[in-house]
Amino acid sequence: MDSAELAGKIVYTWLTLVLGFILLPSAFGLSLGISELYMKILVKTLEWATLRIEKGVSKESVLKSSASVGIIQRDESPMEKGLSGLRGRDFELSDVFYFSKKGLEAIVEDEVTQRFSSEELVSWNLLTRTNVNFQYISPKLTMVWVLGVIVRYCVLLPLRVTLAFVGISFLVIGTTLVGQLPESSLRNRLSELVHLTCCRICVRALSGTIHYHNKQYRPQKGGICVANHTSPIDVLILTTDGCYAMVGQVHGGLMGIIQRAMVKSCPHVWFERSEMKDRHLVTKRLREHIADKKKLPILIFPEGTCINNTSVMMFKKGSFEIGGTIYPVAIKYNPQFGDAFWNSSKYNMVSYLLRMMTSWAIVCDVWYMPPMTREEGEDAVQFANRVKSAIAIQGGLTELPWDGGLKRAKVKDTFKEEQQKNYSKMIVGNGSLNSELD
Amino acid sequence: MGSCSSRAARIPDVDSIQRETGFSQASLLRLYHRFRALDKNEKGYLSRVDLQEIGALAVNPLGDRIIDSFFPDGSLQLDFPGFVRVLAHFRPVDVEDLRNRDPQEPEPLNSRMNKLRFAFQLYDLDRDGKISRHEMLQVLRLMVGVQVTEEQLESIADRTVQEADEDGDGAVSFLEFAKSLEKMNIEQKMSIRILK
Repeated sequence: MDSAELAGKIVYTWLTLVLGFILLPSAFGLSLGISELYMKILVKTLEWATLRIEKGVSKESVLKSSASVGIIQRDESPMEKGLSGLRGRDFELSDVFYFSKKGLEAIVEDEVTQRFSSEELVSWNLLTRTNVNFQYISPKLTMVWVLGVIVRYCVLLPLRVTLAFVGISFLVIGTTLVGQLPESSLRNRLSELVHLTCCRICVRALSGTIHYHNKQYRPQKGGICVANHTSPIDVLILTTDGCYAMVGQVHGGLMGIIQRAMVKSCPHVWFERSEMKDRHLVTKRLREHIADKKKLPILIFPEGTCINNTSVMMFKKGSFEIGGTIYPVAIKYNPQFGDAFWNSSKYNMVSYLLRMMTSWAIVCDVWYMPPMTREEGEDAVQFANRVKSAIAIQGGLTELPWDGGLKRAKVKDTFKEEQQKNYSKMIVGNGSLNSELD
Repeated sequence: MGSCSSRAARIPDVDSIQRETGFSQASLLRLYHRFRALDKNEKGYLSRVDLQEIGALAVNPLGDRIIDSFFPDGSLQLDFPGFVRVLAHFRPVDVEDLRNRDPQEPEPLNSRMNKLRFAFQLYDLDRDGKISRHEMLQVLRLMVGVQVTEEQLESIADRTVQEADEDGDGAVSFLEFAKSLEKMNIEQKMSIRILK
């Protein structure tokens, strides 16, 4: 009896504390400053850890190159130089060396595959999962690490799970209730309130610290918001600062429940997987949505897949063919506090969320950018590339022309044909064969 | 370095691979991570498809031939030693290695001759030790795609075979191949330096 009562009392106090300190303030958009304090302590601890590691390592004078430098020495000279050619030189047996070297270089290291694994850190952030190259330094550091493990798993994790649970249930219940009301501006305002509150609670559930820049360019109704994609949390981060209509596939499981709930109170655009293949259908539905100026801006991730936040890959042109104003947004996470990248082939949603909740925090910057529209004489692909460059520059990410969907589909032959064209020009170009002139 | 060697120990048969290929432990570790990253389904070996998914390789005109060189004798699975063995051909030539070489031991995989052999087998599809005119045409066709007509390609192939062929059998043997490239700086053209 006694222990049950005691347990009951503990749970009760725990819930009241959570309610008082976290739920209520977030419902009103206020902050008690607890997270800021936590972040300050965290930053100080990590700085101390970095200094200790550097001191310990300098004795052995190990050079650690930054994560962006490749592992092989590359000769980036164009094909002409690589083949030691002047234009119109003849084919030689040794030409095959150039292509085989390029091929083997791609096997050892290519730009795309590395973007689908988590970014390597320059200095350790006291999480086991990022401990790739760092070795044992000192007992003090290990103690801090152990302390960190205890804090993360025993204090932060239960708190965060509680918050997430409360947040999601509130979202499902709230949107269902609001969905019962008839269409009116009251219903829209209530639905916005429910969405915003739940998002703020969920962000607290991840100890998220988000900095929004240039809020004056926040996406307006009837427009399309376009952002780079790193994880499903991107959605959470953007919706905390404004309401969007989402576009995406219908999922099963937890995501499915959330999707179905959300669509009850506010028109989102969810597609069945089979419908996604029909591009005309997709474009038509999206066009209908933005034509209605009262509807919320659509949120689209044109990369189509999660990339590890060091680069921006090819933007699929579909979203840029719809017309309308595009509001680009750049999202950049700070990897020092927690790795937000979702490697969908390695982790499923639940284990991903658990990893998120046992990191230190999620810190990111969101930059809203001035709206862009398609110019005269610009086709959808060029427009997409223009927006992609803008986002990459703003977020400090590298730009890659490759399609993130490469991991699921074959690459287009046009790239290969370009190389073949260049090569043919070299060996045949100037009519170095007698038969040409005859 | 303490933990570095304990990680290298995770690679099976690391010592024999090191002896055979001459890669340093650090390089082998990097290559092992790369092998694991390419092996998306964690099968423990690589298949043709895994290599074909590398974008930069798929657009390489000789991409398929290069993949073939990893799967000799019709095998379908590439394990880590096999993977490293092929990459060892592209290890830069180490001057130290050359001087300290024991003439009794077989040539290291990255010797000039072995680099040439690698290039030779990109041409010699049927592995009969000779590059016939037909095989030359096939490789040329891969490299130029549809940009060049059949006649032009045939005359290029004829000319090349004629220049290299010394014993007049209409095909280029490995020795003739090596001889025609004796002035070429193979070591530099066919070397990939792995940093750290």
